[in-house]
Amino acid sequence: MKTSTLFIRTPEGIVFSQLLAGPVTRFFAWFIDQLCISAAMSVLGIVLNLLELINSNFAIALYVISYFVISIGYGIFFEWAWRGQTIGKKLLRLRVVDVEGMRLQFNQIVVRNLLRFVDALPAFYFAGGLTCWLNPQCQRLGDLAANTVVIRNPRVAEPDLDQLLAGKYNSLRQYPHLAARLRQRVSAPEADVALQALLRREEFDPVARVELFGDLAAHFRTKVEFPAEATDGVADEQYLRNVVDVLYRTRGVTQTEKTAAA
Amino acid sequence: MIVDLQRFIAAGRPFWAELEGMLDRLESEPDLRMTLPQLQLFHHLYERTAADLAKITTLSSEPETRRYLENLVARAYGEIHETREKQRRFFPLKWFSQTLPQTFRRHVRAFYLSVAITLAGCAFGGLAITFDPDAKPVLMPFSHLLQDPAKRVAEEEKATQDRLAGFKTTFSVELMTHNIKISIFTLALGMTWGVGTIIMLFYNGVILGAVAVDYIRAGQTKFLLGWLMPHGVVEIPAILIAGQAGLMLALALIGRGSRAPLKTRLREISGDIVTLIFGVGVLLVWAGFVEAFLSQYHEPVIPYEAKIAFGAIELILLSLFLAKSGTGKKPESGNRDE
Repeated sequence: MKTSTLFIRTPEGIVFSQLLAGPVTRFFAWFIDQLCISAAMSVLGIVLNLLELINSNFAIALYVISYFVISIGYGIFFEWAWRGQTIGKKLLRLRVVDVEGMRLQFNQIVVRNLLRFVDALPAFYFAGGLTCWLNPQCQRLGDLAANTVVIRNPRVAEPDLDQLLAGKYNSLRQYPHLAARLRQRVSAPEADVALQALLRREEFDPVARVELFGDLAAHFRTKVEFPAEATDGVADEQYLRNVVDVLYRTRGVTQTEKTAAA
Repeated sequence: MIVDLQRFIAAGRPFWAELEGMLDRLESEPDLRMTLPQLQLFHHLYERTAADLAKITTLSSEPETRRYLENLVARAYGEIHETREKQRRFFPLKWFSQTLPQTFRRHVRAFYLSVAITLAGCAFGGLAITFDPDAKPVLMPFSHLLQDPAKRVAEEEKATQDRLAGFKTTFSVELMTHNIKISIFTLALGMTWGVGTIIMLFYNGVILGAVAVDYIRAGQTKFLLGWLMPHGVVEIPAILIAGQAGLMLALALIGRGSRAPLKTRLREISGDIVTLIFGVGVLLVWAGFVEAFLSQYHEPVIPYEAKIAFGAIELILLSLFLAKSGTGKKPESGNRDE
């Protein structure tokens, strides 16, 4: 089954996950790397033009060998020096890692880069792209041979909770033990659904909005039962705001409050 | 379990930072050997951070802290559970004189297979040119090989000017890079379950056999040996070794006779494949120099006997090197024997 996440379970029973990079992102990283190689060759060409005035034979030979070494060695050098990243991968926050979470070895880097020759067949990385698309872990042929995968580390964007929740009294916070229990019982996907519903509230049709927040509030009310004085008279949407406030602002200090304090 | 997140992060942070520091050191200093107390501390920090990750995974918020801990646990897991030998400083001379020939011998059956496929190609090319000389343009689609051998030899021996004068270095470098690319390609085609590697080796054999028979039939055996031997005795084995590496890859993919999973089989041979292909590169650099600076010069500039003798000496040295160098010394990696 194709998945966008690589899960590794340690012998201690801990599971950690790595997000896998898709073929399109990897193509863009490769394209940036090709631009870097072209730029390096252009600079070298200018330098060697001067050398050509002294010894043309030697200058051309140096250019041929430099192109060969740079085009093949670029990926090997950077992935080794930057622990699985080239310039393109760094910019797009991608990284080559061992498929079983082991330490990435030099041999693996060499094999995955040399096998680009077959991944590039018959043209424009068709074989590699097709394999990557069909493979459950998005591996091209070089990755399969080297036991590597390319993961992505997206920047985790913090939602602007201050804008969403500031200035509202949260009755649920009056019961810290129940708030803590709520944080413990709500899973990450559930919390995300609640947050996304609030962030996109203006996009909904008014009737659908009332219905959606009603359903969500009912769902979260089943997680922890707060005393009636904390929930009576609180609209479903406001209840959900209070829940998100408890889940995401666990330290109880908003950015606005921090700024004010400063 | 209810977690006070603020206190949880404050309590865990010093340990996470310490683990991160140890990981940075381990990754930046490949030769670092930890003492027993350091190892115990490292293991303790790993277990503690893994336990913290398990705790925070149950929480709905704090995605950044979770991702940070996942990253730390992943790095430490790789260090602790890695069973392959840690990479040490690279010693080029030791690698060339010991690791390369030992690796070659360890997988010599794949080399014999590579030789057999090439010889089959040679036989096919030789027989084809014998029975159908008109097939020459099909068998050898290279303009410089299509000429009548006797005519070419006469032209080469009459030449008074050095036709490579002024671009010998460029010619040499082009030969090296071209041959190395072909070798890498032959290796990489092992991923086609060996079909591509076999085709490459067979086709190389066809050209070699056709050229050899063409010159022998024209009575130019001495010229042929003088022309091909100085660089060919290194270049051809280099391509055969690239084929050996490609076949090793194919055999690991097929996994016949092995119960190990595919990942394990590929992991076992990847180091050896890299050693062989780097060895091929070294041999082809030498062959490129010889081809540009020696092979292209014929009688009366250089006597054929001298060129043939040079080639024969190279062949003996290469054979001795591959068969004997590094024997009696402990292999560096613990890869499986064939």
